[in-house]
Amino acid sequence: MNVASFTSAPLARLRGVRHLYGKTLALDGLDLSLPSGQVLALLGPNGAGKTTAISLLLGLQRADAGSADLFGLPPQALEARRRVGVMLQSAAVPDTLKVRELIDLTRSYYPQPRSVADCVALAGLDGLMERRYGQLSGGQQRRVQFALAVCGRPALLFLDEPTTGLDIDARQTLWKAIRELSAQGCAVLLTTHYLEEAEALADRVVVVNHGRAVAEGTVAQIRARVSQRRIRCSSSLPAAQVQEWPGVQLAQRDGERLEVVAEFAEPIVRRLLAEDATLSDLEVQRAGLADAFLALTRDATQKEAA
Amino acid sequence: MSTLVAPPFSSTRAYLLEARYEFLRLLRTPSFSLPCLLFPPVFYLLFGVLLGGKGGPVAAQYMLAGYGVFGVIGVALFGFGVTVAMDREQGLLTLKRAQPMPPGAYLVAKMAMALLFAAIILSLLAVLAAGVAGVQLSATQWIAWATTCLVGVLPFSALGLWLGTLVSGRGAPALINLIYLPMAFLSGLWVPLTMLPPVLQTTAPVWPAYHLAHIAQQAVGVGAGRQLGLHVAVLAAITAVFFVLARRRLVH
Repeated sequence: MNVASFTSAPLARLRGVRHLYGKTLALDGLDLSLPSGQVLALLGPNGAGKTTAISLLLGLQRADAGSADLFGLPPQALEARRRVGVMLQSAAVPDTLKVRELIDLTRSYYPQPRSVADCVALAGLDGLMERRYGQLSGGQQRRVQFALAVCGRPALLFLDEPTTGLDIDARQTLWKAIRELSAQGCAVLLTTHYLEEAEALADRVVVVNHGRAVAEGTVAQIRARVSQRRIRCSSSLPAAQVQEWPGVQLAQRDGERLEVVAEFAEPIVRRLLAEDATLSDLEVQRAGLADAFLALTRDATQKEAA
Repeated sequence: MSTLVAPPFSSTRAYLLEARYEFLRLLRTPSFSLPCLLFPPVFYLLFGVLLGGKGGPVAAQYMLAGYGVFGVIGVALFGFGVTVAMDREQGLLTLKRAQPMPPGAYLVAKMAMALLFAAIILSLLAVLAAGVAGVQLSATQWIAWATTCLVGVLPFSALGLWLGTLVSGRGAPALINLIYLPMAFLSGLWVPLTMLPPVLQTTAPVWPAYHLAHIAQQAVGVGAGRQLGLHVAVLAAITAVFFVLARRRLVH
């Protein structure tokens, strides 16, 4: 095996993928590439297409157009999936099997599995091994699912909404385990609709909405895109005209209110006041990460509608 | 693009564990294991031995054949039908497909589970037949009876598998009971066909269980020795057709 080409080739890749559920377009030309060792977060609202992207990469569905590959192979190839661990959003693990048995079984699918003791330590399963899965709390079940995802010593871990429904403590514990794996060189593809989760874990974030990537970058870059200023005011100036001003990233009208997005607020505010003497209700906000995220996904929606 | 050099790795252990845990999983599900394991011996004791025991040795052998078939069909239909419906509905099948489970392991495990349950039922029936009903068979007949019933798991597993791809986990037991119980009665598994109205006697061959029952009856030395090939062919066709139908629905 050529190590150099191996490390530079993406572990998982979607190219121009379109996918329909009935008449609903779930993915609309999504490109995605995950290099080795990276933690990539797919961030987006429910229904954005995140889970569809993961099921295509795992070979659970075939794309209507475009291609998906895992380790350079079709995702249906067993050799590719033997290097992958999965935690699905709606995982049904047999209730009547004990935790030890579930781990035993899943380990048998992999050529070089992690030791049972390692799995217990990573997922925090102390004292749960002899319990039946159905007797565990929701948080404990999630930890077992995580153990099943990591027990094969995967080079790539898929985590679909791993902390949905977990309390804060359980979420922190899982985050810690994901960081530990990442430190050992395991690449992670994570979907989430929690911004904090992307912020806490991800090297790179792809914001997905309506089946398309609407923003991509490091957490800092995404935050920078979000740390724009939003200027809102009541003004009669046409949005189309303001949009042309230097420094304005977006200008739009919401009834009486004019909303302007710019990296620096001051020059824009100065010009707004100069050009519209009747301007009132001026407010300037620094967008938070959540605001930025909402803005990114909303902008994409509007562009689509236009 | 780098190619993967997969280390030599055998899936044997995955197959074995998959089968072992499929068996344990169902054994620990009383709503499956109790009816499947207890109904055939209890029914046999009540209807085959206590009520039907006055018909002499031929009747006792006929009953053993019928209840053996009844028992293995139940395991095959419920073991495949209900679990596949539930696995599909709850997402276990999706998880298994995402995990690197060897592709055949799922069905092989269910098959092994069904055979093991069938073997337990047949052992219980054999003990009752020899100990309580006074059935006397040669060693060859015992082996022929058990083998017929065990191989008979196949066509009904295929049928169960297909049924399991049609309905939800909640709907599956009802649907399967609606087929299983009338089929058992109308195929002459519980009471001899000759005791049924003539119209039911003539329509009996439409039921797959009728054909398996005929082979089992010949194995224990009752029933006419004709048409063995026909019964085997019908069961083989049922296996192939339902397996293909189920596979098509599972892959979709």
